[in-house]
Amino acid sequence: MAIVKIPPVLRAAVGGEKELSADGTSVGEILHSVAASHPETQSQLFGPDGGLNRYVNVYLNDEDVRVLDGLETSVGAGDTLVILPAMAGGAA
Amino acid sequence: MAAESLQNKPCGGRYGDIVQAIGHTPLVELKRLSPKPGVRIWAKLESRNPTGSVKDRVARALIEDAEEKGLIRPGQTILEPTSGNTGISLAMICGLKGYDLKVVMPRNVTPERTELLRMYGAEIVYSEGSKGSNGAVEKALDMAEKDASYYMPYQYGNQANPEAHYEGTALEILEELDEVAAFVAGLGTGGTLMGNGRRLKEELGDSVKIVAAEPMQGEPVQGLRSLDDGFIPPIIDLSLLDRKIFVTNYDAIVWTRKLLDEERLFAGVSSGAIARVAVRIAGELDEGNVVFIVCDDGWKYLSSGIYTRPVEEIEDLDSTVWW
Repeated sequence: MAIVKIPPVLRAAVGGEKELSADGTSVGEILHSVAASHPETQSQLFGPDGGLNRYVNVYLNDEDVRVLDGLETSVGAGDTLVILPAMAGGAA
Repeated sequence: MAAESLQNKPCGGRYGDIVQAIGHTPLVELKRLSPKPGVRIWAKLESRNPTGSVKDRVARALIEDAEEKGLIRPGQTILEPTSGNTGISLAMICGLKGYDLKVVMPRNVTPERTELLRMYGAEIVYSEGSKGSNGAVEKALDMAEKDASYYMPYQYGNQANPEAHYEGTALEILEELDEVAAFVAGLGTGGTLMGNGRRLKEELGDSVKIVAAEPMQGEPVQGLRSLDDGFIPPIIDLSLLDRKIFVTNYDAIVWTRKLLDEERLFAGVSSGAIARVAVRIAGELDEGNVVFIVCDDGWKYLSSGIYTRPVEEIEDLDSTVWW
């Protein structure tokens, strides 16, 4: 069971929760588990090809899973997935 | 009697004007931050540029690129979205070269940025704070579309941005170090990471790890209507990054203070975040050089009290765009 932190932009789709618990041993399994429980998140989390929505960043603890193994990235019990919208920075 | 020869050359160099003096920044070892004897941590002090930030390199490259391509002429208005530093650098350069500058900036940046922009003569257009830098980009693109007289360098999508580092910052690092195990910089436009990352990998091979530290924007700054308001700077190529790690505003400020307290390095908030990631990467290595970028100095953040007050007492910690 992993903790999934939900950004403000997705909270309405999960009944206002700031975080959820979800089953799975990979990032993909966990996000699909979230989408199964909260169907409105499906089209926001995933693109038409089944991959991560381009404008969603998912972090395993604090590392971007796109730079790890994407949806295949292994997740251990007690890990936290953080979902964030892609935001511009400017200082660097 | 002849003067004794100097040990450190070229003493910063000699230049015809302030724009030419951009770059050539010091690389300083931070011994107290190193977690083990074989791993050396080096700070590239981009804060030592003329307006105090790494963006001087980028702004110069953006303007010179436009001049070389004949896209701008004196008296023309340049328009650019920025969270502050790029605007300040552009304002300094545009003032010297005779261009007018209009910057689009989120309302919730520190007040020093507004003062500096006004000081250099830029006009400021504020964008909605809750949209962070995304809102500034959106507004500037809209303004440029409606008025063709603006020239927008667009640091987020202009290859002159990473080229400034490919041809500048990275070469300066390679001049000083034969080996680099990891290079750590902040991820904003992506210019610093892409330009340095590409050059360092070309020269040193895949053994050099390119690591991004990125801001985890506080919830008040994540005020997007939908994920379709998300933004990925076009110049970013994620395949060049080996790691991408977020840092909260809280941790960024804790580490900004650590730089000050332990190394007496007065740096801005993004540099604290980058230092935190650099020290973590250093802890994973057995030996080698870890280079990180000090993006700016601390002057622009003084009014927030972050250097003297407990971090728990900082007002607007999560609603301020720190970097």
